[in-house]
Amino acid sequence: MTSYLITGAQPYGEDATDLLLRDGMILAVGAEAVQRSAEQTDLTTLDGEGLIVLPGMVDLHTHLREPGREDAETVETGTRAAALGGFTAVHAMANSSPVADTAGVVEQVHRLGLQAGWSEVYPVGAVTVGLKGEKLAELGAMAESSAQVRMFSDDGHCVADPQLMRRALEYVKSIDGFVAQHAQDPSLTAWGTANAAQMNEGEVSAVLGLPGWPAVAEEAIIARDVLLAQHVGARLHICHVSTAGSVEIIRWAKERGISVTAEVTPHHLLLTDELVRSYDPVYKVNPPLRTQKDVEALRAGLADGTIDVIGTDHAPHPTQDKECEWVQAAMGMTGLETALSVVQHAMVDTGLIGWRRFAEVTSQRPAQIYGHAHQGRPIAAGEPANLILVDPTAVREVRPDAHASKGRNSPFRGLQLPGQVRATFLSGHPVVLDGALATPISSQAGLPGRTGDSRP
Amino acid sequence: MSLKHLLSTADLSYADALAILDTAEEMDAVSQREVKKLPTLRGRTVVNLFYEDSTRTRVSFEAAAKRLSADVVNFSAKGSSVSKGESLKDTVQTLGAMGADAIVIRHSASGAAAQLAASDWTEAAVVNAGDGTHEHPTQALLDALTLRRGWSAAHGSNPRGADLTGMKVLIVGDILHSRVARSNIWLLNTLGAQVSLVAPATLLPVGIDSWPVTVYYSLDEALAAAPDAVMMLRIQAERMGGAYFPNSAEYTRRWGLTDERLAVVEQLRLGNTDSQVLILHPGPMNRGVEISAAAADSALSRITEQVSHGVSVRMAVLHLLLTGAKA
Repeated sequence: MTSYLITGAQPYGEDATDLLLRDGMILAVGAEAVQRSAEQTDLTTLDGEGLIVLPGMVDLHTHLREPGREDAETVETGTRAAALGGFTAVHAMANSSPVADTAGVVEQVHRLGLQAGWSEVYPVGAVTVGLKGEKLAELGAMAESSAQVRMFSDDGHCVADPQLMRRALEYVKSIDGFVAQHAQDPSLTAWGTANAAQMNEGEVSAVLGLPGWPAVAEEAIIARDVLLAQHVGARLHICHVSTAGSVEIIRWAKERGISVTAEVTPHHLLLTDELVRSYDPVYKVNPPLRTQKDVEALRAGLADGTIDVIGTDHAPHPTQDKECEWVQAAMGMTGLETALSVVQHAMVDTGLIGWRRFAEVTSQRPAQIYGHAHQGRPIAAGEPANLILVDPTAVREVRPDAHASKGRNSPFRGLQLPGQVRATFLSGHPVVLDGALATPISSQAGLPGRTGDSRP
Repeated sequence: MSLKHLLSTADLSYADALAILDTAEEMDAVSQREVKKLPTLRGRTVVNLFYEDSTRTRVSFEAAAKRLSADVVNFSAKGSSVSKGESLKDTVQTLGAMGADAIVIRHSASGAAAQLAASDWTEAAVVNAGDGTHEHPTQALLDALTLRRGWSAAHGSNPRGADLTGMKVLIVGDILHSRVARSNIWLLNTLGAQVSLVAPATLLPVGIDSWPVTVYYSLDEALAAAPDAVMMLRIQAERMGGAYFPNSAEYTRRWGLTDERLAVVEQLRLGNTDSQVLILHPGPMNRGVEISAAAADSALSRITEQVSHGVSVRMAVLHLLLTGAKA
């Protein structure tokens, strides 16, 4: 097997060093890496000068669309996008067709991920049958399946019934899992009606005449759920936090010792509802783009630890589902291939966080939340080689047509953004080199599937 | 005129607004003639693309285009079947391929006209004839024409070239869902009028604090502030189910222009003149709900004039957009 010597790269953007990767692991760091590279029979050397080494990013919130909407994305295309974006693991949300609410579907998605070999794929199980919010899905069967599901979410829909949410929180304790809530009060957002909320409710919606999605519809559910989590002693994860009020509630809950973690998307860290004035459905997303005040609170929350992780909510849609009237357009934005650049732009280049914290929110914390033992690890000898090399000085225009995702619905189209993933190592194998797709790990001779899947 | 499309009164400049109103005065003179026709748009094609039923607006645009000698194509597509049928893009490209010079679009989706204008689906000039709960700019222009005429008549001045500086306009009713209200608020403000709104708080949008208006919850208080014109908005039947206000009887008692309130309005005077104030309604009216029959039919009512001004304003808009003429 090929060994890789990366020379002169900067872990976390700090002092430059050399790294030797072999057999899926970081074999040595520093002077020892160069020394031991002499023993390697099949060695490739990569010049890492000027590049930052980071742990491979872990996305807890990805829509891969397969099975059912292969016109929008497949596991293959979605994980190509993930690899290019620097993700060595993605978590595929359950709103496929059929819904991932049985062992059969989650095993299928898991297997497709292994076959693709671009990034690790962990299916998220639905909390309720068909995402309908009426009765619990077979959470235990999904947990015991070959996919070993630990994360459960009805994402796209809120588990709105409080008693059902309580039971879900309790039940997943028995299978060492956690619930990721899509916090949205359906009544306050007129969900499922002709008058359903279309954008953030505020000054812009008042002018545009689009039904508003009030911040309180998110905040009320989060407030309820942190209290439920406290009451039953369960873990709760909040998907795509979008309002300043939500950040305050989560901060309060953490101060009280409630076991809650929270996620923010790259787009909510950069974009506001002012963009909706164009009525371009590429800006339609759920939860909606909020105000500058919310953006600033989310950035502050991510910097101070109130918000734990970046989740992309990568949501590809076919062109015709975005090339139509706003109210009819699908909600969602692509995000895998722009996440690093957007977060660098919004958080790192603004001085709000450094690359250490970047590694925490994009890799270490999401891996901890899920319980991955081999992702989000330190950059040190003896650790799994899930790593990325990033050129922080590269500035590129976002061109969705050039993305590996099938989705062209990037709200960042045309923006000049910093940072490029030059290489992605998945279990020591370069799935991305020179900023382009190389070979998937499954094509490696002698490897039946992915190595490094050492999750307990 | 600097505009290629008419999408919103929010982006209509003072100069463009006056140009449209002054041109509409010329068009109104044509409409008073025995031969009500001008040759200016001969050989041009105006498409009325109506995704919502609205006979009065469509007929008004049709009459306007025909008086300018344009060819008129009416294309009606019911809103409910749109999502299953042909996309807006395909329909518009089809109409563009047929040589439409202007597309007058009425759509239940807010922003549909703006999307059309921003797209590369058509080269045609786009006129917003009402998009969802967003805007209805030609309605606001015809209301402004009506208000300006009333204001000028009371002051014995020429309406042409005049704006609405000093005029106090009260808009009553469902502001939240009203495209007429939105277009009027921006346009009347641009023209120098002072705009007040009155409605139950449930029918005022969150975010209204930043609007250039005075907001009342009580119609009686708003009338006590002596407006020069009272514009009543239609209250939609679907709002009456108890979600926004208890029932139509309570709405009428608190926010309706009843006979008792008509008596109050009749005592008001236009500015410091001896003339009575104006009552407007964009129609269709719910007589006995937001406006009493006596108020609708009173000498103060300008409701039928609004309709005839609608044709003149739409002639002006089509003429200015399609000929690029300066007023």
